[in-house]
Amino acid sequence: MRTARVIPCLDVDRGRVVKGTQFVELRDAGDPVELAARYDSEGADEIVFLDITASSEERDTMVEVVRRTAEQVFIPLTVGGGIRNLDDARRLLRAGADKVSVNTAAVERPELVGELAAELGAQCVVVAIDARRRVGEGGPGERLSWEVVTHGGRRPTGRDAVAWAAHCAATGAGELLVTSMDADGTGAGFDIELLRAVTEACSVPVIASGGVGDLDHLVAGVVDGGADAVLAATIFHFGRHSVAEAKEHLAALGVAVRPAPGAQEPVEQARG
Amino acid sequence: MSPDGRGRIVVLDYGIGNLRSAEKGLQHVDADARLATDPRDVAGAAGVVLPGVGAFGPCMAALRRTGLADAALGAINAGVPFLGICVGLQMLCTSSAETPGAAGLGVIDATVVPLPEGVKHPQMQWNKLVARSGPGQESGSRSRMLAGIPEGSWMYFVHSFAPEITGETVAVCDYGGTVCAAVERGVVWGTQFHPEKSGRPGLAVLANFRDLVEEQGTSVPRAS
Repeated sequence: MRTARVIPCLDVDRGRVVKGTQFVELRDAGDPVELAARYDSEGADEIVFLDITASSEERDTMVEVVRRTAEQVFIPLTVGGGIRNLDDARRLLRAGADKVSVNTAAVERPELVGELAAELGAQCVVVAIDARRRVGEGGPGERLSWEVVTHGGRRPTGRDAVAWAAHCAATGAGELLVTSMDADGTGAGFDIELLRAVTEACSVPVIASGGVGDLDHLVAGVVDGGADAVLAATIFHFGRHSVAEAKEHLAALGVAVRPAPGAQEPVEQARG
Repeated sequence: MSPDGRGRIVVLDYGIGNLRSAEKGLQHVDADARLATDPRDVAGAAGVVLPGVGAFGPCMAALRRTGLADAALGAINAGVPFLGICVGLQMLCTSSAETPGAAGLGVIDATVVPLPEGVKHPQMQWNKLVARSGPGQESGSRSRMLAGIPEGSWMYFVHSFAPEITGETVAVCDYGGTVCAAVERGVVWGTQFHPEKSGRPGLAVLANFRDLVEEQGTSVPRAS
């Protein structure tokens, strides 16, 4: 049985979750460790920490956050942001991360993906791809295409996102985290055509990211986009929906998921 | 036994992958667990855990190069409880289709085969355990490893290969077909899933192993 994963993403700046949260029971809503534990208890299938700390001197803070999280949270933990080389990746894995996510460093030096996979195993290596739609002539029959961008979408790279995804999958990425920079922050839903193009071009698991505004968007990412996992930040952080609600909604619309702890398992069809 | 009465469990660290998770998971269930990088660290251990990620061949080569393959076999031959996780389970088998020609430890009489066709490789997701009574077990009897773990518990898997199903398979999952999820041969246990990453039911597997270690009370003899 193929089951979709639901992955809350926490943006962490100097050891604190940013973007704000509204969990009233939490003593300290900005503590990534506490939030990760909360999401775990709600049935999150994995947790992603994205270190958005600007200065490299403060990266040790993230290692400490990972260490503290790994002592309490026993589901897979992916850490991205600022990972430039094998040593950076190793430090995070030693602290207790299960996977590392690379983005800009891989675009600048594509061999990095293979180097990480050879040392750490492909299952540890997530390549994050930020993609923006190319504006074409718009003629009928023109194929859609996307360009890889970095630095929060500010820097175009000239690379075709789908070709880059296929290249990463072929050279050692165990998984791809695909974010639409057009959709990100809009709440209007994933870029389904982007997801479809990437999932058709690559055999490794794809995490859909960018644009989730309601629970139907999660369903569309899996059903229409072909994604293996859906990642969201805002809808969970602001208390609009719990991870448990997300899973109930997916299950109700026919997407197989691991139920949240304490939730009723759907009755399985009798095997014929 | 360590001075506080708990048996020391060593997690074999042969230089590949992230082994901290297994160590931390065991420590979370109050096991006296630590990493062992040298065969001498294994002597005196009351339990041995062999984790593994990546490919079968490189893992086997690293295990042999560090001398930890012989240490693992020494522990198993002495009747010390042993837990293989993911590729750690696969290395207990005889060989793997992933790396033809590379011999496994041969403790479990099974070869390692690819996941069924028609589904994404790797399986990187949670999946439901289905307990299975092999021909060697009485019908309906539950494995020691899965004692107290409800039928249908969800575990986290990351793999493209798994041991073939034999009489020692105690749990399977459904992924494009029936796939081996756990193997038990006396005090030698193996999980294709990651108990250290599978939340509460996964930690329960590690707690069962801790209990086995304490009850068994055997330890690895020092090399003469």
